[in-house]
Amino acid sequence: MSFVVVRAGALTTVQDRGRPGYANLGIARSGALDLDALTLANRAVGNDDGAAVLETTLSGVGLRAVEPMVVAVAGAHCAVRVDGHPVAWGAPVLVRAGQVLDVGPAARGVRSYVAVRGGVDAAPALGSRSRDVLGSVGPEPLRDGERYDVGAEPATDGGWPGPLAARDVPDEITLPLVLGPRADWFTAGARRALWAATYVVGSASNRVGLRLQGAPLERRDGAELPSEGMVLGAVQVPPDGQPVVFLADHPVTGGYPVIGVVTAEGVGAAAQAVPGSTARFVRAVGP
Amino acid sequence: MHVHRVGTDALLVEVDTVAQAEALHAEVLRRVEAGRLTAVDVVPAARTVLLDELADRERHAREIPTWSVPEVGEASGPVVEIPVRYDGPDVGDVAAAWGVDVADVARLHQEPTYRVAFGGFAPGFGYLTGLPPDRSVPRRASPRTEVPAGSVALAGEFTGVYPRASPGGWQIVGTAVDVTLWDVARTPPALLVPGARVRFREVR
Repeated sequence: MSFVVVRAGALTTVQDRGRPGYANLGIARSGALDLDALTLANRAVGNDDGAAVLETTLSGVGLRAVEPMVVAVAGAHCAVRVDGHPVAWGAPVLVRAGQVLDVGPAARGVRSYVAVRGGVDAAPALGSRSRDVLGSVGPEPLRDGERYDVGAEPATDGGWPGPLAARDVPDEITLPLVLGPRADWFTAGARRALWAATYVVGSASNRVGLRLQGAPLERRDGAELPSEGMVLGAVQVPPDGQPVVFLADHPVTGGYPVIGVVTAEGVGAAAQAVPGSTARFVRAVGP
Repeated sequence: MHVHRVGTDALLVEVDTVAQAEALHAEVLRRVEAGRLTAVDVVPAARTVLLDELADRERHAREIPTWSVPEVGEASGPVVEIPVRYDGPDVGDVAAAWGVDVADVARLHQEPTYRVAFGGFAPGFGYLTGLPPDRSVPRRASPRTEVPAGSVALAGEFTGVYPRASPGGWQIVGTAVDVTLWDVARTPPALLVPGARVRFREVR
């Protein structure tokens, strides 16, 4: 089975759960930014949770089925059409040979996830089909006219889990944060501002990081930090004091201090935070 | 040694020198090999080793400061040899910084057996230690917008090879010949893996 890309959209990439274990070689895990949506879309078509799907960015994607295929859309809520007729979001949909599936612009949130029964069979690199936009590893972003193979029918099928719920995308996302490892590089005022301020999600946000604009987080002095390892969710603060939350394709090392680390739950919320919306840090509740 | 907790499941272990960081990284790898420590990613850097998605984090946070960490001595094992044409645009500046003739830069750069201390700037890039302290050079005052792939360069206490074309501020002394620094179809994809030893050999 295969499909042809008729409308690639702003940035549509193949994503699975990523490639852990290569950070020492300069490669982040990458993978779907909204891992819950990846799982839900795959379950809706009977795939393994980590099968490769398409991740859209704000503007959706259009695909023409070469052979019949079963798809489901999760993540950011959007209009879904087959040959112009509205079909269900968050539920399995049959697209017949020659028909065009159009995944519309995100109505709320940023990234929709399009699972195809069998998985998107792009060429894996280092054990994953995820596109890492910073490391340039994995399948290139989709382009109009390209043809993609679909994998074999999944061997096991847990049955359709029922209609999916869209991730709640509130007007203001909350980012649960654990302070450190470099919180002591910042002034007491900066640490107060961190919990009190409302930040605006910047338009330069991408798979590498959620760029926040608001109260600058001031350092105690101009000391230089030797580059050190960075984790998913790290809130790095460059000299301008505007925090960046590292997402799936983040650099694996960095030389700006990390004031705190956003939890996995917060990283998932950040994946759907629309530029211009707002975000606040809250203290993460301990395990 | 200072152990920082990072997020919910990582530790960042900080030491005072790059040599201590290399020794600590080697000790972590020995413990991983022996099944005494399990982490999804182990990321060495200039003064730190990050243990990400570390199993049993709190126990390790208590125990790591009590580790006895042997120095990294003259390592044994295979050496990666990198043929180099010493034709870089910054040979003159490096010679000036070292206080030697331009003709001596190639010989002096080839003398040490280096060690890959850590990576991270780009996939397949390794920060190599082993330059004598008096061979440090400053970064270029103004970084280049594009450094060609294969450029052999120096900055601070490190030397390295650019695996792909990228912006960069290191002093370029030559070009690596007939080596592929990064290939995702290879295992491991990086030629220069942290802990590996490296020698440069001049070709013309």
